[in-house]
Amino acid sequence: MEELKTELKEKIIEALNLEDMSVEDINDTDMLFEEGLGLDSIDALELIIILDKDYGIKLTDSKDGKKIFQSIETMAQYITEHRTK
Amino acid sequence: MKEKVAITGMGIVSAIGMNAEENFLSLKDNKHGISKIAHIETTLKDKILVGEIKKSNQELESLLNLPSKNNFSRSSMLGAIAAKEAVQSAGISTDGNTSIGFINSTTVGGMDMIEKYYRDFLDQEELQHYIEVHDAGSNTDLIAEHLGIQGFVTTISTACSSAANAIMLGAKMIQSGRLDQVIVGGMDGLCKFTINGFNTLMILSDTYNQPFDDQRKGLNLGEGAAYLVLESEASYQKRNKKPLAYLKGYANANDAFHQTASSEQGDGAYLAMKSAFEVAGMKPEAIDYVNVHGTATPNNDLSEGRAMIKLFDQKVPDFSSTKPFTGHTLAAAASVEAVYSIFALRENLIFPSLNFQNKMEEFDLTPQQELKEKEISAVLSNSFGFGGNCSSLIFVK
Amino acid sequence: MERCYINGMGCISVQNTFEGNFLEHPIVYSDTNIIYAVKPNYKAFIPPAAIRRMSSGVKNSIVASALAIEQAQVNELDGIITGTGMGCIQDSEKFLEKMIDFNEEYLTPTSFIQSTHNTVSGQIALKLKCNAYNFTYVNTGGSFPSALLDGLMQIKNEGKNNILIGGIDEIADYTFKLYQTIGHIKKDNEESYHILESRSEGCVGGEGSTFFVLSNEKQDQTYAEVLDAHLVNKLKKEQLEGFINNFLQRNNMNISDVDAVVLGNNGDVNFDTYYDEAERLFKSNSDLLYYKHLFGEFMTAPSIAVWIASNVLKEGKAPSVLYKNNEKGSDSIKTVLIYNQYRGKDHSLTLLKNV
Repeated sequence: MEELKTELKEKIIEALNLEDMSVEDINDTDMLFEEGLGLDSIDALELIIILDKDYGIKLTDSKDGKKIFQSIETMAQYITEHRTK
Repeated sequence: MKEKVAITGMGIVSAIGMNAEENFLSLKDNKHGISKIAHIETTLKDKILVGEIKKSNQELESLLNLPSKNNFSRSSMLGAIAAKEAVQSAGISTDGNTSIGFINSTTVGGMDMIEKYYRDFLDQEELQHYIEVHDAGSNTDLIAEHLGIQGFVTTISTACSSAANAIMLGAKMIQSGRLDQVIVGGMDGLCKFTINGFNTLMILSDTYNQPFDDQRKGLNLGEGAAYLVLESEASYQKRNKKPLAYLKGYANANDAFHQTASSEQGDGAYLAMKSAFEVAGMKPEAIDYVNVHGTATPNNDLSEGRAMIKLFDQKVPDFSSTKPFTGHTLAAAASVEAVYSIFALRENLIFPSLNFQNKMEEFDLTPQQELKEKEISAVLSNSFGFGGNCSSLIFVK
Repeated sequence: MERCYINGMGCISVQNTFEGNFLEHPIVYSDTNIIYAVKPNYKAFIPPAAIRRMSSGVKNSIVASALAIEQAQVNELDGIITGTGMGCIQDSEKFLEKMIDFNEEYLTPTSFIQSTHNTVSGQIALKLKCNAYNFTYVNTGGSFPSALLDGLMQIKNEGKNNILIGGIDEIADYTFKLYQTIGHIKKDNEESYHILESRSEGCVGGEGSTFFVLSNEKQDQTYAEVLDAHLVNKLKKEQLEGFINNFLQRNNMNISDVDAVVLGNNGDVNFDTYYDEAERLFKSNSDLLYYKHLFGEFMTAPSIAVWIASNVLKEGKAPSVLYKNNEKGSDSIKTVLIYNQYRGKDHSLTLLKNV
């Protein structure tokens, strides 16, 4: 799980071009959206592609992302339970 | 309040017809043009429905009598067909005409040809003539050349409100005395770039689009082109031409909320409509029918609905979205719907909003679901696009 | 009818045009046919959360527009109007290449959203929370002149106070390679970097973002007054004289009233002949100024010409580097005419005077 969390942080920094951030700057329970990391709805769509491409999880409704992408913690949890690759 | 601008000609191609008459009959007879993709190779073929024009590029080329080596994109062929019809219906000649203006709009430009040949261009010389029509303006130029226009020519690209803005600029060019006649409108052919782009935004429906329905799943992309001929009073009177209708109000405003999404309360939409009424010197209650933007995305319909409720102070007039017929034709949408608004004025008919089943839970708005006959003297038409770009037009008899 | 003044400008180009004095230390590019903009410090102007999605053209435009607004000291804009020939072509390329090379799989929305032609005007509105009129023109060489004409009409005819206009184009590698392939841009190894002596086809490709605040009120820092603007898509060389004369006449002027003319020579032997004809018309009366030997060519280069004309009118004279062979010219330039065409199309005229 810890490994997956670090992996997710790296992927998010790369996919969302968070140039000034490093893995250490993101805590597992930090809110990813709004006041937390400040991500927005476009970023959510980017995260949906990460789920699909790297973990074989397909979301068809962008609203489903809301719960899953609350924090690194919730993301890692969901991926562990649903991953197909 | 400004001098109203006459509309003396119109032309259109869309998924429901290759000219104005065909479009009108389809609207009247509830014949929509939404289907699976036939003319584009894409992996999304079986996943989405589109409003495609049922003609191949070769068929469009022969309709226009183009030489075998030409560099028309699909968009510019659709544009040329519709523009020609507009000019004919206005009864004017464009060949060598230096006083008529042409204001086009597009989001796609020559992208369909670029995406098709992108990796082959460098080593296949016979394809390279398509490189120079990548940019939007070069596509406008092909049409201008085809029609023989030599004068004021420009192109606007403001996403899905593009053609409304072309119409607006045309009106201003006439009102400021810079032009007497101007062809205005927009064009966009379907291409892989746009289909995939909208797909990444997860706003494409896998079924028939349902504007203002509680269960709406998103839009169907469409393709098409439509143009109006705008003319000053002095000009149409001199040649004894009877206008089809008048453009009385117009406005553009920015939502300044998000790059792609509309604000929850539809601030930009409200402002655009409100300012259009100011330009027209009219009150909202004078409107008999609203041709809404109504893309059937969850976001658009909610904010547009709220903006209308605010603008009309709860008393929203009859309204419908014609996108279930044509799909969302992007840059062309506002001119396609301008033509439909003129049909509504001419025939005293409101065209139905197809596929509607249940009211949205957020408000009490039901679009017109069947063809309705009633006296129509003023129509409001909305078009909103990415970048917060909101435009409204008011047409009168 | 109101008057239209240029009260603020911001220019990011292949020259250092965003700080220092007007073309005091011009950079001479002598070994490449594609030249890139000198980058300002983006982070001073754009918050990190916003910057991460922006291509260089968008970033340059945010900075250039901020500079123009700051100079003009305006709090509220009545319109934001941009012109761009190729639009946000870097993001178009990015999305297109992913789509083609990965067979439409795993595409993400960011570059698609950013590729939209009206990205810059929308972003500026978003940044300023500006609900006003917002337009983007995309008509090859006529893109910026259209934006200028729209802005001019809003100030002169529609009672607006302050309108931001801008011209934007950015270099994208593959697309520029394609333009080199078809001879629109000179080939890599082709020595014709000194465009005023060029004997070959194609131009030296550049990029830039140049913004202006047009206002109905003259202020201390006002650069110039815009009198009129006009464009047509097509013109034969023989028609140029009539085109220019008609335009000047409608502004109650003739050729001898123009102190300096800014010409768009770009070293393309196929089309510089239009400028030869303009030179013939003006050479006995007016100073002849050039700029694309310093700035390169791109579809919205006429915005650079307006930036140059405005500076020249404010100072009353032009630096020698803008004259052919570094000659010297008048030191009381009061009226400037800009003539531009792009590959023989989109002929535009802009008339400015000092204040």
